[in-house]
Amino acid sequence: MAKADAPKSFQEIILRLMSYWASKGCAVLQPYDMEVGAGTFHPATTLRALGSKPWAAAYVQPSRRPTDGRYGENPNRLQHYYQYQVLIKPSPPDLQDLYLGSLRAIGIDTELHDIRFVEDDWESPTLGAWGLGWEVWCDGMEVSQFTYFQQVGGHDCKPVSGELTYGLERLAMYVLGIDHVMDMPYNDPSAPIALKYGDVFRQTEQEYSRWNFDVADTDMLLKHFEDAEAECERILASPDTDDAGRKIVMAHPAYDQCIKASHLFNLLDARGVISVTERQAYIGRVRALAKKCADAFVQTEAGGAAAGDAA
Amino acid sequence: MPDLLIELFSEEIPARMQPKAREDLKKLITDGVVEAGLTYASAGAFSTPRRLTLTVEGLTANSPTLREERKGPRTDAPEKAIEGFLRSTGLTMDQLETRDDKKGQVYFAVIEKPGRPATEIVAEVLEKTIRNFPWPKSMRWGEGALRWVRPLHSILAILSDEAGATIVALDVDGITAGDATRGHRFMAPDTIQVGGFESYAKQLKAAKVMLDPAEREAAIWHDAEQMAFAKGWEVVPDKGLLAEVAGLVEWPVTLMGEIDAQFLDLPPEVLQTSMKEHQKFFSVKNPKTGRIEGFVTVANRETADHGATILAGNQKVLSARLSDAKFFWENDLRTVAAHGLEGMGAGLDAVTFHNKLGSQGDRIRRIEALAREIAPLVGASPDLAAEAARVAKSDLRSEMVYEFPELQGVMGRYYAQKAGLRDAVADACRDHYAPLGPSDDVPSEPVSVAVALADKIDTLTGFWAIDEKPTGSKDPFALRRAALGVIRLVLGNDLRVCLSDLIENGFEQHRQPVLEAERKRTFIAILNDFERGQEVSSEIAEFIGSSGEAHVENINSAISLQPAIKERHIRNAAEAIAEIYVSQRSGIEWRSVFVPARDNLLSFFHDRLKVHLRDAGIRHDVIDAVLAMPGSDDLTLVVKRAEALSETLKTDDGENLIQGFKRANNILTQAEEKDGVEYSFGADPKFAETEEEKALFAALDAAEAKIAPAMEAEDFATAMSAMASLRAPIDAFFEAVQINAEAEVIRRNRLNLLSRIRQICLDVADLTKIEG
Repeated sequence: MAKADAPKSFQEIILRLMSYWASKGCAVLQPYDMEVGAGTFHPATTLRALGSKPWAAAYVQPSRRPTDGRYGENPNRLQHYYQYQVLIKPSPPDLQDLYLGSLRAIGIDTELHDIRFVEDDWESPTLGAWGLGWEVWCDGMEVSQFTYFQQVGGHDCKPVSGELTYGLERLAMYVLGIDHVMDMPYNDPSAPIALKYGDVFRQTEQEYSRWNFDVADTDMLLKHFEDAEAECERILASPDTDDAGRKIVMAHPAYDQCIKASHLFNLLDARGVISVTERQAYIGRVRALAKKCADAFVQTEAGGAAAGDAA
Repeated sequence: MPDLLIELFSEEIPARMQPKAREDLKKLITDGVVEAGLTYASAGAFSTPRRLTLTVEGLTANSPTLREERKGPRTDAPEKAIEGFLRSTGLTMDQLETRDDKKGQVYFAVIEKPGRPATEIVAEVLEKTIRNFPWPKSMRWGEGALRWVRPLHSILAILSDEAGATIVALDVDGITAGDATRGHRFMAPDTIQVGGFESYAKQLKAAKVMLDPAEREAAIWHDAEQMAFAKGWEVVPDKGLLAEVAGLVEWPVTLMGEIDAQFLDLPPEVLQTSMKEHQKFFSVKNPKTGRIEGFVTVANRETADHGATILAGNQKVLSARLSDAKFFWENDLRTVAAHGLEGMGAGLDAVTFHNKLGSQGDRIRRIEALAREIAPLVGASPDLAAEAARVAKSDLRSEMVYEFPELQGVMGRYYAQKAGLRDAVADACRDHYAPLGPSDDVPSEPVSVAVALADKIDTLTGFWAIDEKPTGSKDPFALRRAALGVIRLVLGNDLRVCLSDLIENGFEQHRQPVLEAERKRTFIAILNDFERGQEVSSEIAEFIGSSGEAHVENINSAISLQPAIKERHIRNAAEAIAEIYVSQRSGIEWRSVFVPARDNLLSFFHDRLKVHLRDAGIRHDVIDAVLAMPGSDDLTLVVKRAEALSETLKTDDGENLIQGFKRANNILTQAEEKDGVEYSFGADPKFAETEEEKALFAALDAAEAKIAPAMEAEDFATAMSAMASLRAPIDAFFEAVQINAEAEVIRRNRLNLLSRIRQICLDVADLTKIEG
């Protein structure tokens, strides 16, 4: 892909996606400041997909999947990686074309490559969410996930949001022609201090892989899971009105606890202390929280409740 | 006669849904227009990833005018009745006709339904079809409420004849039907104006869209074979994959590549599975080496570099995938080398099979015990069968099977070979899941058969023991398939096994650990009581009664002596009491729970057998007739009997014998009910009056002499033909002889003769179950 307009580094691909989606009218947000398993968990997606208010946002979300840790040795598996996420509500009729435009923006020539939309229905049992869409293939390689949200937190999505998720490392490796993620230029290779992905992340992959798999204190994790669950329920059980008589439904603080519980579950899972049967029960507990948070969010102004109700 | 062309243009339709969607579109539209009074000559449906298309040729331009006459009330009927009639017909008073009827003057309504133009009908039917289309999964998009498989962008609907094309006036939630479509997403994205089906297909082809999926399949397969042929290779046929791939492209461009040499040593199933599941590649075999060495991928476009970039990209993705597979394979081989195949499966104790049936490890131990029992019945060595059962599921813990669950068993065989296990064991790893589908081969190697049977019996008895039987359409644990698997294993290998024994054995494996735990609990409870200076609890003592009296006495009398509980005779007595207690309790439980469960499971097998034999052309009543006979849990015997009976019933004699038998049976049953006695004392030929009666005596003697030894030898064909030979003498007897003779002695003798007919026939099969 050695073309004149080809990006030279991982960060350049991110920057190009940023400016492309900004030019298409998306609010460019920053990552959510909590540990999450995927960009979908960002409240800018999970919560904003709910209710009637229009929304358009794009952001990078650092994502953690403890079980995918490979001590930095696997060419494309990481326990910490980046997702690029776009959410537009209602989904515009030309969303596929907009998406293809973003591929061109990062240097994929659609005249030379084979881009395909292959059925892949998305479901998040922990978020009580599902949608229909595709995985997008570029020359047989999955480069994005394309989903029309139908339900989140047990609520029907009306209007429907269109969600795009790019696995940034994999996409960038493809665009830059790199075989091992750690060899990928993070910044411009001709910069005075050229850094590779491995310079930034190899050591942390090792450290976290060890902690995730062998060291994390499972009793503590379990306790934290239960604490987060309890706090989430407690927040949502609080009266809608505070002592000063203001109506403030605390959907986001509660949802933070739901995110926490979800990540703690992932950590417990990586430690191998959750049996197959228990798994379903834990997922069900997180889903119950997500559903309650969704119930709370739709009571708020951002969730589309009438101003009178939410004020 | 206009032609109708419909195209529903959307975002990418999943490949697997296209075939049914084509059929549904055709059926819904053609049924709809026919119901509305139109006729048509022919119809055809097509699909690409982005469009569903229907062409209907020779559609009538209008539906016919319909005239309906309805008779109403008499002219002098109450006003209410006349008003009601007007309401129901939608007419006014002056539109009614008055006609003479037998009873006087009567109102008649003549309702004329004018014919409607096809465009109007099509618009209605198409809208209804779109709104109610039976997609397996559908969705909403944007702000709309319309549902389609993916966002629907445009509707093309035109009626065309020599005069030109007319657009069907239709608007579905803001999508207005028109006469335009688009070409290939990338290669010809512009709008195309369409005049009729023929030009539509032609224009699409020019716009790089091959409309007909069959044509795309043919093109792909042709090109793939040509490319492979040029290298002396062969594409591995895969019809399902071909249909799927054809559903993923509008303009198929077939490309072939080589698999990197470093991956060629992977088992061919791994290469094939990885390429098919992840990449939707066809495998290409080199007949000279017998290995999979190439792949065929199908792109959706032509490019200036003739697919070089696309092929290179695909190759790279494949290498990454196969690197994973190779990594798993090598790790697995290392595990096998270090710990053996059994060692690979060590973690199965921690994997739950079902929360009421324990872990996979528990399950394997049960299967091992069962396989050991079954082995001698199927000609396998018990030790080898047990060994095979022990390792048959170890590959579930391999990295490869974790990644590709469909390779379970296949990988087990490779790993068993690498572990140096015998071929019979390795084959059992692969084959003990079989048969899975109805067309799956049935294993015949004795060790595989033993483990395969043990596997299924364990599953069935387990779920029966916890009362999780299939109900209606719900069979989440595939128990029907397991039962059919047992049936096919038994029949396919001509096995003579007593199914009740297998079932009981299976239950026993599930009970063993429960009983063991109970034995321990009881033993400890007795010792605890003893230490506290208490006698053996009266609940236990009374329950075990006289058989354990001596042991109870032993313990109770020792309490005052205060010996330490470690003393052997105390422990021995406690153990003996626990043993008796548990075995008596388990006996009660066996009779009240497991015997009924066994009979229930056996009848489940019989039901599955009926389904299986029905497919082989044997009627269910024939099977009922043989199932009523002894030995009904020996399926091979049941089938031999059923086949013989089925053949016999196809003969003229056999079919008529049933009538004779039924007549004899009915007369006899009625007489027995009426007289309150059973006529089975043995008829005496000396009371025979007519030749026909005498002949029947002789025929029964002759048949009996043949039937008994034939049944003994399981020569059912001979037994049944002997039985069928009774048809003529029985018919002649009924023709000539009056059963209810004047003389009571004669009557009784004749009834006893009927009883012989019944008895001889029932010895062969329960003919009362035969219908007709």
